[in-house]
Amino acid sequence: MTTPAIDVRSVSKHFAGVRALTGVCLDLRPGEVHALVGENGAGKSTLIKLVTGVYRPDGGEVRYLGEPVAFAHPRDAQAAGISTIYQEVNLVPMRSVAGNLYLGREPTNRLGLIDFRRMRRDARTILAGYGITVDVRRRLGELGLGVQQMIAVARALSTDARVVVMDEPTSSLEPREVDLLLDVVALLRRRQVAVLYVTHKLDEVFRICDRVTVLRDGRLVHTGPVAGTTRLRLVATMLGRDTDQIRRHGTTTFSDPAVSDQRGRTTGIPEATGTPVLRADGLTRRPVLDGVSLDVHAGEVVGLAGLLGSGRTETAKAVFGADRLDAGAISVDGARARRWNPAAAIRGGIGMVPEDRKAEGIIGDLSVRDNIVLAALPRLTTAGFVSRRRQDEIVDTFVRRLRVKVSSPGQRVRELSGGNQQKVLLARMLCLSPRVLILDEPTRGIDVGAKAEIQSLISELAALGLGVLLISSELEEVVEGAGRVLVLRDGAVVGMLRGDDVSEDHIMRVIAQASGDGRPPRAPAAPRGGL
Amino acid sequence: MADTLAARRARPDILGFLQAGGVYLAIAVLLAFNLAFTPHFATAANLRLQLVQVAPVAIVAIGMALVVASEGIDLSVGSTMAISAAVLPLYLGYGVWPAVAIALLAGAAVGAVNGSLVAFARMQPIIATLGTLVACRGLALVLADGRLTEMFDPVLGALGNDAVLGVPISVLLVLVVTGAAAVAVHRAAFGRRLLAVGGNHAAAALAGLPVKRTLVTVYVVSGVLAATAGVLSTARQGASDPSFVGLLIELSAITAVVVGGTPLSGGRVRIVGTLMGALLMQLITATVIQHDLPDSAARMLQAGIIIAAVYVQRGRSRA
Repeated sequence: MTTPAIDVRSVSKHFAGVRALTGVCLDLRPGEVHALVGENGAGKSTLIKLVTGVYRPDGGEVRYLGEPVAFAHPRDAQAAGISTIYQEVNLVPMRSVAGNLYLGREPTNRLGLIDFRRMRRDARTILAGYGITVDVRRRLGELGLGVQQMIAVARALSTDARVVVMDEPTSSLEPREVDLLLDVVALLRRRQVAVLYVTHKLDEVFRICDRVTVLRDGRLVHTGPVAGTTRLRLVATMLGRDTDQIRRHGTTTFSDPAVSDQRGRTTGIPEATGTPVLRADGLTRRPVLDGVSLDVHAGEVVGLAGLLGSGRTETAKAVFGADRLDAGAISVDGARARRWNPAAAIRGGIGMVPEDRKAEGIIGDLSVRDNIVLAALPRLTTAGFVSRRRQDEIVDTFVRRLRVKVSSPGQRVRELSGGNQQKVLLARMLCLSPRVLILDEPTRGIDVGAKAEIQSLISELAALGLGVLLISSELEEVVEGAGRVLVLRDGAVVGMLRGDDVSEDHIMRVIAQASGDGRPPRAPAAPRGGL
Repeated sequence: MADTLAARRARPDILGFLQAGGVYLAIAVLLAFNLAFTPHFATAANLRLQLVQVAPVAIVAIGMALVVASEGIDLSVGSTMAISAAVLPLYLGYGVWPAVAIALLAGAAVGAVNGSLVAFARMQPIIATLGTLVACRGLALVLADGRLTEMFDPVLGALGNDAVLGVPISVLLVLVVTGAAAVAVHRAAFGRRLLAVGGNHAAAALAGLPVKRTLVTVYVVSGVLAATAGVLSTARQGASDPSFVGLLIELSAITAVVVGGTPLSGGRVRIVGTLMGALLMQLITATVIQHDLPDSAARMLQAGIIIAAVYVQRGRSRA
């Protein structure tokens, strides 16, 4: 057997006491494309950074071409022949294509000045080798992201890379651009380069990769040839579920009667209860959403499942009007909304609790009180002044009802635990008396107690007539909390399960199905200019 | 053991106290020093002079504090003063009050441009207002034909130099502006929106708050306050001097804001603190001048205080 290009030997890494990786092994052979998959927090990024010299392991070792290495800096790894292609193109958009290819190593003439003619000629030759014909004098930023990504790859390779690490290289590409990129990956394999391919997209794993390694919670849970596994097995491994024994009821605290009642209703009467409160048609935001349609009726919990990167959060934001859309319409009570943004959504009785609590939810410097009444401000304001009495009533009511643990309503929300912050965000929306609530990962990263409280609250509210769009990466939560589940893949709804069909097993099967009937048709990668 | 625990607990308290009250402490120390060692310091004439001198900076600084609370900055305040100074004599023929109104409108217009660049064109505030800083000084010089214009209007003169019940009008104006800003920030819905937008832009937008309107408003307020300061300076000098009025005042205003305990990271603001920050800087300059120390000493002292203020906030935000 040939020496692996990269041999990661049971490395461990922790940050501030939190273990990011525990005893992970990975060998990367020349001429193979090795997929690295796993859900959020699985440790993919940490592993990449250990390989590319950003971090050094706390335990274990990384061998490169058979020799133990300890790169002090990503630059050293790059000089040794390990190139990294990041998700976001890491080049200079204001410079020409040729200038980017030769950035930092421009050919010079006898006077020590840059030999632009040679640089351009060589750049054209290199790019032609990948089937790209662009005017190498054009600014990189004017080209499509796909072409930019290719140029990043070409640059990585023209530095004689033996190992190329690609971190979700297709996440911002159009399908045609993806084809082009995958062709280049195939070319790398022919040239005996070792490729570590990090992705969330199962299609790509099965299209281009030879072997696959699955990480979960910082541990290696599977490594083996792609040919020897199935999509379903892979999904189950990533999510930590045993396909054979999936429990129908686990550890969540959604109230059973509410859910089974809903299931009965939804299976009994196919189109739940007349006009949905909220309806979305063909929401499209390229390249992350591709015609998502859904509806939510009063008193119904609709689950939204899918792997990371399938468009769950994007759907939530699109429905709430937080992102500009390329196409699609929202209707409330059957009437199509004209101007749709978060303010309009709130006025229409739609609320959302965002996925990223810190970045998009709480305002850390403000008090619990100010955070709770934030969205209700327009309703509490008369002639520019906030009614303190009504504000305090609302805050009192919800702090008590949701059992938010605070020293006083004036306490800064920054000082609360994650679970209590989440309750504050729920209170912010609930005090608007919404009719539909979009909950994006409502229990992520919070303690078990708060999690249970929030789950039973969701059931309780639904029983009172609130419609809920429940998004969760935990299948168990979706299965047990929702009466109906939509499954997303690559920004499109690929299945809807209702009634007894709602099970973890079933959702995983839908996620694992190939788009269409197997491999997507490959578009011929014709040489072409910028997009 | 008990000692170290107590010390550990005391540390953030000291920082907290310095952040909240450091500026008051510094003012008290300087006042005490001056009362003890500076001849003629505690005379009504001197105190009045100091307050009148600081009035334009204080007014501009209050506007700056609001912009900083929105996670922005307004470098164009000095040039906005120049525009209002340049506009004033052009319309004096219609009467003092119409001329003043037009000068303030001009300030609002500059603010609207700044606000639009930040809110709609999504430019970084420091760059957007750097642009208007350059453009408006130029525009002011064009409007004034590059000249200093003397004005002999009795009402305007009174505005700059008269007093009501012994308090100069400009000082009264500072008090009114500070009070109004404090109410707007701490009592009115506007302040909630402002601090929410400055504290977490994305969260404010997702809560359905009018983020863009709030940003435009805050720059318009800053523009109007700068124009007010321009009118005051012009009235006091009895001359419109668009080349020099408000020159580098943005730096004094930012200093007052920071020294007053408002972090540049947005989402928090101290209105009265800002006023105190302006007073402190004035007091430092006065102290140094009256003790015949070189002006450079005042600058270095001010620099030291700015760095100390920022250091105190840094320690606080980490704790």
